[in-house]
Amino acid sequence: MEFLTGIWGVVAKDVRSELRTRYALNALLMFVVTSVATILFALREDEVTTDVLSGMFWVVIFFTAMSGLSRIFVSEEERGTAMTLQLVASPSVVYFGKLLFNIGLTLILSCAVTLLYLAVFPLFMIKSMELFVLTIVLGSLGFAAAATIIAAIIAKANTKGTLYPVLSFPILIPLLMTVMKSTARALDGEIFSAAFGEFQILASYVMIMVAGSFLLFDYVWKE
Amino acid sequence: MTPVSIQANAVSKEFNRGLIFKDISFSLSSPASLSITGKNGAGKSTLSKILAGLLSSTRGSMTYVIGGKQIGIEEFKHHIGFVSPYLNLYDEFTAIENLEFLSRIRAAATPPVERKKELLTLVGLWDRRDDAVGTFSSGMKQRLKYAFALLHHPEVLILDEPTSNLDEEGSEVIHRIIQEQKKSNILIVATNSKNESQWCTQQVDLIPVKK
Ligand SMILES: Nc1ncnc2c1ncn2[C@@H]1O[C@H](COP(=O)(O)OP(=O)(O)OP(=O)(O)O)[C@@H](O)[C@H]1O
Ligand SMILES: [Mg+2]
Repeated sequence: MEFLTGIWGVVAKDVRSELRTRYALNALLMFVVTSVATILFALREDEVTTDVLSGMFWVVIFFTAMSGLSRIFVSEEERGTAMTLQLVASPSVVYFGKLLFNIGLTLILSCAVTLLYLAVFPLFMIKSMELFVLTIVLGSLGFAAAATIIAAIIAKANTKGTLYPVLSFPILIPLLMTVMKSTARALDGEIFSAAFGEFQILASYVMIMVAGSFLLFDYVWKE
Repeated sequence: MTPVSIQANAVSKEFNRGLIFKDISFSLSSPASLSITGKNGAGKSTLSKILAGLLSSTRGSMTYVIGGKQIGIEEFKHHIGFVSPYLNLYDEFTAIENLEFLSRIRAAATPPVERKKELLTLVGLWDRRDDAVGTFSSGMKQRLKYAFALLHHPEVLILDEPTSNLDEEGSEVIHRIIQEQKKSNILIVATNSKNESQWCTQQVDLIPVKK
């Protein structure tokens, strides 16, 4: 019970802080708009396949999420509030609080990108809704889980930001490949059970990522 | 208040660059007060972070006992108040919000309004309670750190550079806080000032380790 109160405390603090500073939200928004515009100009005339579209869809989410979520621990370190947080909360409270906040941000991001794609790409039509929604949800969970632990590692590393894409890419490859495949299926209008294999991979990815990060976090967070 | 005791058993700390201090031992049972002294870079801040469980020691161990029962540091942290240049509060939140969010995260019961008012009045910030901490002067930030540290009635109060940035009136307030804490609880002060180290009955002097 105390554990949950603490986690919600961390989430509430980060949400309030985000609403006040708009740090991550502004970064996310700028990134989404510029990258979607670029892709729009590049692809407008072409008859692209659903594979390409779904790839482009996740590329935007991948880079945006990585740039927006990477600051979640760095900002605490830079402002000297990391130790304050360490004093008032156990590592697991901090980890799950930050994870939940990142999940929220990634879900908002995915929904925004989806709406934008629906608006500007006529070929981007969701023919299997359930399949698409489940993909987005599991994909966002996976991204948020990976982004959280990588952000924690980077905050303690001296090179900070530059390490982020380098570290995140190998960790995210299996996730990216799976969500792309599954999204293409949703755009092609395949039946729900067709993507069962992908969902299994995604669900295991999320569970392994969260469990692994949870174990690793103690060592990363405390110097 | 609940009797507490803290014991350091041959604590040593090494950073990549080398050994900072070694074999520090002491034992404190409430009421007690300890000053940590030493030159710049001797490791006063480092030792106080280790005591508060924010840094791990390279060798040796810490023992925390409360009400006769030995507990781990994660649990004991709830009984520690810590003022330190390395513990900042959130600039984008107001004084009151900082106290509220931090005690929510600590999962302590929300501090009653009177407690917040009492502490902010004590440190002279009640009038500025709804201003963002980012707009505070460094002395005001230091004062707010005391309100944060005392919020949950900690049995152990650790102060690193207790009066940095404080004016005479502020130092006077801190002096009263310290006297109060010493009476029945544990006070630990890391300081460069001879005057401040004399507030305490026990002393640990950190001497540079010969390489
Ligand atoms: N994170 C760190 N990584 C490497 N070395 C560190 C780190 N933190 C502190 N040190 C080193 O440990 C030594 C002790 O530092 P510390 O801040 O504890 O000194 P101090 O006694 O508090 O000094 P001051 O009187 O200036 O506050 C210094 O030599 C410092 O360079
Ligand atoms: Mg110091």
